Amino acid sequence: MSPAHRPVRFGVVVFPGSNCDTDAHHAIGTFPGAGAQFLWHKDTDLAGVDAVILPGGFSYGDYLRCGAIARFSPIMQAVRDFAADGGLVIGICNGFQTLVESGLLPGGLLRNMGLKFVCRYVNLRVENADTPFTSTCDEGDLLRIIVKHNEGNYAVDAETLARMNANGQIVLRYADASGALTDEANPNGAVENIAGICNDTFNVFGMMPHPENSVEAAMAGGADGRRIFQSMIDTVLQRAEVAS
Amino acid sequence: MSPQYVNRRADVDAAVKLGLTAEEYAHICEIQGGEPTYVELAIYSLMWSEHCSYKHSRPILGRFPTSGPRVLQGPGENAGVIDIGDGWAIAMKVESHNHPSAVEPFQGAATGVGGIVRDIFTMGARPIVSCDSLRFGELDEPRQRYLLDGVVGGIAHYGNCLGIPTVCGEIYFEPSYEGNCLVNAMAAGILRTDQIVRAKAAGVGNHVVLIGNKTGRDGIGGASVLASQEFDETLEEKRPSVQVGDPFTEKKLIEACLVLLHDHLVVSMQDLGAAGLTSSSSEMASKGMVGLDIHADRVPLREADMEPWEIMISESQERMLSIVEPGKLDAVREVCDRWDLDCTVIGEVTDSKMLRVWWHGEMVGDIPARRLADEAPVVRTPSVKPAYIADDPVAVGDADYPAAKDLGAALLELLAAPNIADKRWAWEQYDYIVQANTMQIPGGDAAVLRVKGTTRGIAFANDCNGRHCYLDPYRGAKAAVAEAARNLSCAGALPVAVTDCLNFGNPEKGEIYWQFEQAIEGIAEACEALDTPVVSGNVSFYNESFGNAIYPTPMVGMLGLYDDVSVHIDHGFKDEGDLVLLLGPDGAWLDGSEFQKARYGKVEGRVPDVDLEAERRLQAALRAAVGRRLLKSAHDCAEGGLAVALAECAIGSGVNGGARYADPEARAQGGAGRWRGTDVELPEALLAAPGQPLGAAGRPDLALFGEAPTRVVATCAPGDFEALEALLGDIPHRRVGVVTGETLRCTMKGNELISVTVRALRDAYESLPGRLA
Repeated sequence: MSPAHRPVRFGVVVFPGSNCDTDAHHAIGTFPGAGAQFLWHKDTDLAGVDAVILPGGFSYGDYLRCGAIARFSPIMQAVRDFAADGGLVIGICNGFQTLVESGLLPGGLLRNMGLKFVCRYVNLRVENADTPFTSTCDEGDLLRIIVKHNEGNYAVDAETLARMNANGQIVLRYADASGALTDEANPNGAVENIAGICNDTFNVFGMMPHPENSVEAAMAGGADGRRIFQSMIDTVLQRAEVAS
Repeated sequence: MSPQYVNRRADVDAAVKLGLTAEEYAHICEIQGGEPTYVELAIYSLMWSEHCSYKHSRPILGRFPTSGPRVLQGPGENAGVIDIGDGWAIAMKVESHNHPSAVEPFQGAATGVGGIVRDIFTMGARPIVSCDSLRFGELDEPRQRYLLDGVVGGIAHYGNCLGIPTVCGEIYFEPSYEGNCLVNAMAAGILRTDQIVRAKAAGVGNHVVLIGNKTGRDGIGGASVLASQEFDETLEEKRPSVQVGDPFTEKKLIEACLVLLHDHLVVSMQDLGAAGLTSSSSEMASKGMVGLDIHADRVPLREADMEPWEIMISESQERMLSIVEPGKLDAVREVCDRWDLDCTVIGEVTDSKMLRVWWHGEMVGDIPARRLADEAPVVRTPSVKPAYIADDPVAVGDADYPAAKDLGAALLELLAAPNIADKRWAWEQYDYIVQANTMQIPGGDAAVLRVKGTTRGIAFANDCNGRHCYLDPYRGAKAAVAEAARNLSCAGALPVAVTDCLNFGNPEKGEIYWQFEQAIEGIAEACEALDTPVVSGNVSFYNESFGNAIYPTPMVGMLGLYDDVSVHIDHGFKDEGDLVLLLGPDGAWLDGSEFQKARYGKVEGRVPDVDLEAERRLQAALRAAVGRRLLKSAHDCAEGGLAVALAECAIGSGVNGGARYADPEARAQGGAGRWRGTDVELPEALLAAPGQPLGAAGRPDLALFGEAPTRVVATCAPGDFEALEALLGDIPHRRVGVVTGETLRCTMKGNELISVTVRALRDAYESLPGRLA
């Protein structure tokens, strides 16, 4: 088998309280060219996976700030090392919160403006299609994916925000059906309708909506989330090809 | 400090304080061969409380059909279990948490979810569905808004953290629930048919192991203090009796316990619910015909100075009791360690057949387990038909019920009525998509989920119209079963089993007992006719405050099955030009309708009796049509009658998620899908249905907003109409209109009765948040 056609292996980290871990595992299983395995939070290595998913849920019950305890799990040192080497890491919802708490992504996630948990379809406008997580999209595409969180209100200082904007690190924003960035389309009050961001090396990505619940057209969540994972798979395969 | 009550004997005064009668105390003395100790008395008082013993309901519940070819486990275990084919089974159960929620809505509702979910995984099933039926007083009352906010928040807090989708539910507001809200939590789980675990202790010498949270003083007397008494001005004082939930620990418990059960590391398992260690240990002992020794001093505590009786009856949450063979104890500890859960040997299985409680080597309680369980008192109150029950429907005269002139305005008013208005405000606080099985999200007739790895699917619906049950508990309860089944059939699922939550007032009163007997009969007859056995359930009495009882509310939760789930349909109109059909007999009633309440401020008359044979045939035809993909949508015609049903189908065309959102073409037409309205010509027959009082009145408002059972609004492509008619045969059906642009129009003989844009309908329908501010 040529390197370009070997299955791409995703590692899904399981923290106590993770509850979208099996959904992420299932989602990856719907891609013919990929496979997933669980990584236990007490482990200290990533078992050689090609990409890491920090799944949604309530790690450690979110009894402290969301993700604030998960960042201290033994596995997170391995994730930091992997990211420093350029490995692809996606944090979804609680995973996004954990990446922010770990310092792998800038900013913070505050309680929703409405002070309630919100589970709702949102439209995500692709702001930067030139990332390993959105390469199968075009700029301006709308992805319809469900958000479900209590603390998804992205906040960051003005200076960092300006830099992120300039770098193209703002990858996804909440938009209405026509693509306009309105307050009504913003489910949590996030600054500038931000739904997903990358680090400045574009290998670590966090998003509040749940692409893993949007990989099958027959299901209520639709299939738009496929494009996020397909982008990651394509990126891993391209890198493998270049390396070979 | 030595505990005060160890081995002190308890007299009859102490028994009465704990809610027992003098006769019950005498019976206890007879079983014990003398005065009981305080520990023993505490145990009896709980196990013989209404909540644990079903003393008023047991003699009547035997009326339910409980068996059938699919039933693997009927009532009597933690949950009922249904065979769904391909080696898979569904465990399901509903339970009330009314009283705790009335005292402390957030924690009361949260721990209600926690408790029902434990019942499910204790059977060996992975919880996959959560549903909630809620009842409150009218929303103009600030306290009712506080209760609603707290209850919904508590359900969200607990269910979301567990990662169990809350996919269906219902919320109604009536003055009768003002002092006593209802919180009925239902859950279901999936397991292999050979994975069922029953809560039965076995194996003399085996360890009794407590897993999960430490034990504190929270929830002491929850079952006896809260659930077995009416409410009065001491409501606030009862707050300490409410337990506090820790969903994070429960999530870890689910994962750990499913490993323990599936890997056969434990002999059996039981959750600690009402009456805590007391009920779980005595039930396990009596079912297993063995004895259990419990060393109360070995139970890990949150508060150091707890007395043995407090430890035995604490309702601290997220605890499981299991029976473990000595050789497997290390393996059990290993699993618990992985999930950072306490795992403590607190006793052993004996051949004494006694439930014995020890405290630092001293025996402080010694009760025959079987007699504790079997000899719980049975009470049958002589029933009395309440004076308010009417024998006939109301006479619809213009004096009492002046006809509505502006029918469009009347429709908007009904859509905005809290009982009909969209409950999106609530269900958007619930994660309804986690676990990747959800095919239909809340807001429709039924929740539909797939079974991964198969073509099969399951559906859930829950229903109960409390007003109807108040006006006629027999007919109302029967209608609740019929409606739940109809909701499932609308989505194309075959109804197969029921779990019920029977909420009533004080059963010591003859009128309440009459309501209870009547409702049981109604449920039983409907379940027999529709072939949906009752496999589990819960009775909640004493739902009264200051002597005022709630409407009798026998909530019916129903499971539906699909062999091929891909056929499922929802209620939203689909494409312009589709034909709109009304299935079911003509005629509608004002009695007990939302129109009667919302417009005229009355709840009176007599609700119609469901014709179960007509119901069964209509639903079978409906499912056959869905199975052959002849229908594009179907919607039960319930509160608000035909007009509201049509409006909901129109609103559903653009609002709900699911397949339409996934359809790129629909999205291209405007993201959220384009609204579909309808043009409907109201058949004159609906105004003059033979034998119906409304028909005689000849009023279009009553034909549009009156309510009747056994009716469904459906749509089909014009090309499928002929095949559909052939399939329906002599089942009453009418072609009433077509799906059109973005307006709901209703005419009669050329006169326009209603013309409202779907957007305006939607705005009225989604007006609930505005009332909560």
